[in-house]
Amino acid sequence: MNAALLAASRISALVLAVAVAVHLVVIIYAVQEGLTAASLLSRTRGNWAFLALYASFVLAAAVHAPIGLRAVLAEWLGWSGRLADRLLIGFGLLLVLLGLRAAFAVFLA
Amino acid sequence: MAMLELEIWRGGATGRFHTYRIPMRESQTVLDAVSEVQRTEDPTLSYRFACRVGMCGSCAMMVNGRPRWTCRTRVAVSAPNGKLLLAPLRHLPVVKDLVVDMEPFFAKWQRAHGRFEPGAAPAADFAVVPPATPGRRAADAGIECIGCGICYAACDVVGWNPDYLGPAALNRAWTLLNDVRDRAAAERLAAVTAGGGCQACHSHMACTEACPKGIAPTYAIAGLKRQAIRAALRSALGAPP
Repeated sequence: MNAALLAASRISALVLAVAVAVHLVVIIYAVQEGLTAASLLSRTRGNWAFLALYASFVLAAAVHAPIGLRAVLAEWLGWSGRLADRLLIGFGLLLVLLGLRAAFAVFLA
Repeated sequence: MAMLELEIWRGGATGRFHTYRIPMRESQTVLDAVSEVQRTEDPTLSYRFACRVGMCGSCAMMVNGRPRWTCRTRVAVSAPNGKLLLAPLRHLPVVKDLVVDMEPFFAKWQRAHGRFEPGAAPAADFAVVPPATPGRRAADAGIECIGCGICYAACDVVGWNPDYLGPAALNRAWTLLNDVRDRAAAERLAAVTAGGGCQACHSHMACTEACPKGIAPTYAIAGLKRQAIRAALRSALGAPP
């Protein structure tokens, strides 16, 4: 891992810390209030703040997770190099695709 | 008289533990016990020591799975059940028995630019370094390292990633980065952020827990990480280093 990846890892971790905290609060609120799927969707539909939060959550996770996995692969399996990096970039893009799809699904619902 | 049972590694990279029994004595250190084994049981046993008072660090080895200075480790504390398992320091090539080759350890100090660089032109005058300045304090925190290799043996990341510079070399680099007289900060920062540099540290703090000098290499490495991130951001923003 070079310094740029370290910086990306730390900055994405900062975003994740906020996003995970808000996410947990949202979950606890939804459960405590007994919100139905319909009432949840009525809150998320067209909600730009919600979309911005979860889009940044997804992007931060897509940056953070492959960097961490890169170290795990190298240290535990001894696997590193260009192929591993390309697969990890692919994994990050997959997270972006799946995450944004989910965020847009409840935004556009 | 109560007896102490020692299982001691014999051989090189391959070998096995041999069992020895010697009398347990009052205020006996692990180094005393090893010396007694060599003198009374097996004169071919190889181990290192020099000062016997915790100054040189050469007697470091694995004692019941933990890296320790054997001269400063009392048998009564480390082997309350009367059994000691002694092995050479982890992560270093074994020369023979309890003696390891420290060359890879010090080669990494060199790779981390762990040496003072006065620059091409000698300083015109003495540098004034007030003790209370942040740089001096940061350097002070790690300056007492004697290079015994305890932290290197304690660090799991060194075992997982043989390219990793290790706590001692990075701690030394950090003290030098905080030395106002040094003229190689940019090269040193580049050296400690290349592959196997400070960013490989997982902050387990095993080094800090094990250091017999009470030094906290983890904090030194955290300092290096902060500087590395700042340098990376400046570089990304096109700002001067």
